[in-house]
Amino acid sequence: MTTTPTTQQASSRSDETAPLPADDGARGAARRRWVPLATGLALVVLLACLPLLAISLPGVLPGPTYTPGTLQVLALALLVGALALSYHLLFGVAGLLSFGHALYFAVGVYGLAIVLDRTDLPLLPAACVVLVGGIAVAHVVGAISLRVTGISFAMVTLAFAQAGNVLVRRNPAGATGGEEGLALDTTHVPDVLVGVANTRNLYWLALAVLVVVYAIVLWVERSRAGHVAAATRENEMRVRVVGGRPYLVKLLVFVVAATLATAVGMAYLLLQSGAVPRVTSADFTLTLLVMVVLGGVGSRWGAVVGGVLYTLLDQRLGALAASEAIAGLPSVLRVPLSEPLFILGTLFVLVVLFLPGGIAGAAQRLAHRSGRNRDRQREVARDTIEESA
Amino acid sequence: MTEPILRVTNLRATVAGQQVVEDVTFDVPATGVTAVLGRNGVGKTSTLKALLGLYARTGEVTLAGERIDRLSTDRIVRRGVGYVPEDREVFAGLTVAENLRLAERDAAPRRELVADLFPDLVRRSAQRAGTLSGGQQQMVSLARALLNDNRLLLVDEPTKGLAPKIVGQVATALAEAAATAPVLLVEQNLEVIERLATTVVVIDAGRVVHTGDAAELLDDPDRIQRLLGVHTSENAA
Amino acid sequence: MSTIVLLLITGLGLGALYFLVASGLSLIYGLMGVLNFAHGSFLTLGAFAGWEVARRLGADSWGVFGLALVVGAAVGAAFAALTELLLVRRLYERHIEQVLVTVGLALATVALFEGTWGSDPEFIEGPAWLRGTTDVAGAPVPNDRFLAIGAAVLVLIGIVLFLRYTRFGLIIRAGVENRAMVTALGIDVRKAFTLVFAVGGAAAGLGGVLASQYFGYVSPHLGAQLLIFAFIVTVIGGLGSLTGAAVAAVLVAVLQQFANYYWGYGDLVVVLLLALVLLVRPSGLLGRRA
Ligand SMILES: Nc1ncnc2c1ncn2[C@@H]1O[C@H](COP(=O)(O)OP(=O)(O)OP(=O)(O)O)[C@@H](O)[C@H]1O
Ligand SMILES: [Mg+2]
Repeated sequence: MTTTPTTQQASSRSDETAPLPADDGARGAARRRWVPLATGLALVVLLACLPLLAISLPGVLPGPTYTPGTLQVLALALLVGALALSYHLLFGVAGLLSFGHALYFAVGVYGLAIVLDRTDLPLLPAACVVLVGGIAVAHVVGAISLRVTGISFAMVTLAFAQAGNVLVRRNPAGATGGEEGLALDTTHVPDVLVGVANTRNLYWLALAVLVVVYAIVLWVERSRAGHVAAATRENEMRVRVVGGRPYLVKLLVFVVAATLATAVGMAYLLLQSGAVPRVTSADFTLTLLVMVVLGGVGSRWGAVVGGVLYTLLDQRLGALAASEAIAGLPSVLRVPLSEPLFILGTLFVLVVLFLPGGIAGAAQRLAHRSGRNRDRQREVARDTIEESA
Repeated sequence: MTEPILRVTNLRATVAGQQVVEDVTFDVPATGVTAVLGRNGVGKTSTLKALLGLYARTGEVTLAGERIDRLSTDRIVRRGVGYVPEDREVFAGLTVAENLRLAERDAAPRRELVADLFPDLVRRSAQRAGTLSGGQQQMVSLARALLNDNRLLLVDEPTKGLAPKIVGQVATALAEAAATAPVLLVEQNLEVIERLATTVVVIDAGRVVHTGDAAELLDDPDRIQRLLGVHTSENAA
Repeated sequence: MSTIVLLLITGLGLGALYFLVASGLSLIYGLMGVLNFAHGSFLTLGAFAGWEVARRLGADSWGVFGLALVVGAAVGAAFAALTELLLVRRLYERHIEQVLVTVGLALATVALFEGTWGSDPEFIEGPAWLRGTTDVAGAPVPNDRFLAIGAAVLVLIGIVLFLRYTRFGLIIRAGVENRAMVTALGIDVRKAFTLVFAVGGAAAGLGGVLASQYFGYVSPHLGAQLLIFAFIVTVIGGLGSLTGAAVAAVLVAVLQQFANYYWGYGDLVVVLLLALVLLVRPSGLLGRRA
């Protein structure tokens, strides 16, 4: 929302002065770099202040923003946004349709839970051990699954994730707690991250994770490897002809995305103070896919918005399902409306059918339509393209 | 001058995000063989595929006065267009008989004509098409187009990679086919063109660079050299 | 010895169920390039339809059980055909979007099944014979295994005959090889698309009724549970190959049973098998080279 006035101001200024085209171009480029950055920073500062404010959004949030219940939901939404962002790196940037991304998230969640449970390592060293483990798993699975492409790749990643799911549910040596899951052993977790009273610390942790993940994804996308990965997505043959190594680049992106998911998983464990087998399931990966497509494939902020929106919708629809209003309806309406996943699934189908490009695509089209002069239209389009490229 | 059977106006086509047919305009007369010439990779095959709707295209295409540029491939073909693709594209896992049966559209397909032209195929009807020689596969491909009563045949390099004797056989079959319907023929073999073509269309870099009478062009070796970069046999001799 | 026989026949029974799901998946993928995530829902709905029939008309009669099989298959076929007509067709040739639409449908329908029938398994009844066992070389083999195997063999024969001797079968076989050329012969392949969806849905619906006998319950997650292994079977067998699906279904299920019995991690062994096959033959056992 804050982008629009800034852009308007900037373009009206350039209209008034109408300097040399070269000058205008240089300033335009600088503006294109600074406007999103400033907007992002402002947004992060705003989000960081939320625990100190009492903002109420009835229907969206369960209570005022300083209450632990609301902060818990928001922190969850931020973490899921970060996870969706790591999936965006895989699917949106490299074009790798993986159905097994949940595996690496689960490595973070369960890995940290198990290490804290079984060893005397403090939190940070434990997290490092898990991260290394996550990188190793991603390397092995990625190296094998990237031998095939397209739909076969999707199925192979699905199969590996399923293996992880089976392993977790079988509870080998009592390590994972089977269907029950595993509670967080807080002995070696710093006190500031434990307990309802400290939810806002966990919220800040979640925000920090999102910011770091965003920065890394941005960095990878802008790097040489990111460009090669994007080129591979469009035309693998051409990349190979000009001497690129698509396999290695794809593996790199795969491992980075997986590592980010592992990191997010560890934060998730601290926030939820426990691990449940659902995070290892294929359905969980599918919901990530839903978020990214909902937000708009290829758009970074779209992925975050998709993740946040999905989580909030899921929470609120769950509350709606339990509400009096729904209970009174005839069963034809009550049954579907009391299933959040039914509504989300249907919404997803509708978006795929009628809203190509998801939320980001719609926003871009809207920006085009409402643009007052062509100059500004071009500006916004370039911003958005750059943003989503 | 009768109405042309096919009118192509400003045809453009893109494949995999790349424009492979830039701007093609030409007519196919209602009788005889119209040959499409051009160096390798200039977009001859793509032009035929765009006409058939196998590649996404824009522009105007009319078949006997009716617009066909918005129709799906199967509709266009059912309007009476036979297609013999560049690399035969027989169904390798299907038998010869099945390949032919699949192509039968008319209530009374011309099985006798095909059996007369290609007796070999009758003998091999139970053989898998994938195990046929290149020449035999070409016969299956031609037979699929000849089975039905078409208003126009699109034939793409039917003699590609065939031994001289088989080339003659294919040319004979094409002459036979041309007696029943006008043919748009992509061909590199100038002898075959000399024998069959009445009109020529030369394509370069996705555009038409020459149209005219076939005999006239073939009598002008310099022009051929310029348009196609090849020497005719007289020229070389 | 008797353990081995029991594991083998149980494995074959499970393989039969995998095949009933994988045959449709493989045909749909082969012809249309669509990976159908909603296939599990076809199976689940078929299973619930069969269960509703049995519940209303008396579960222990063979006539009702036969009817349940027919209804399960018909419901699966209708659901699948509608999926193709209403959702998949609109995204013609956009394979990723087609997969996404089936993903959304799978999520939504499983939730709907949960809302309608509850998320806990419903234990089922059937003709008494199905609950009994038959002695094979000293092993007491549950009878429902034989039923699943028999049904899968019949379906395999039926699909093979259909593909070989009907014009639609001819179109489907040709379309799996080269869809563009089929349209260039003047054939509207989209009719064949609806048809393979319906055939695949019928096999899955039938598989649903049989699977609920095999496992002893129906649940909204029955389909999803089998779908993942059916995917693995499809890839191992070679995408688009019906025979490949049959061979791989047996291979995967038997291996899984043995590994489960002797080691406890059959599902992991299956994934390792998949990895091995992909390393040695990325196109699957009987798949064409990409
Ligand atoms: N499916 C495709 N994908 C990518 N590029 C394509 C595709 N089809 C055609 N092209 C490109 O379009 C251009 C024209 O190809 P086309 O096959 O039409 O040439 P042609 O004139 O038939 O050549 P030839 O005489 O060698 O058969 C070529 O550069 C080719 O590489
Ligand atoms: Mg060509």
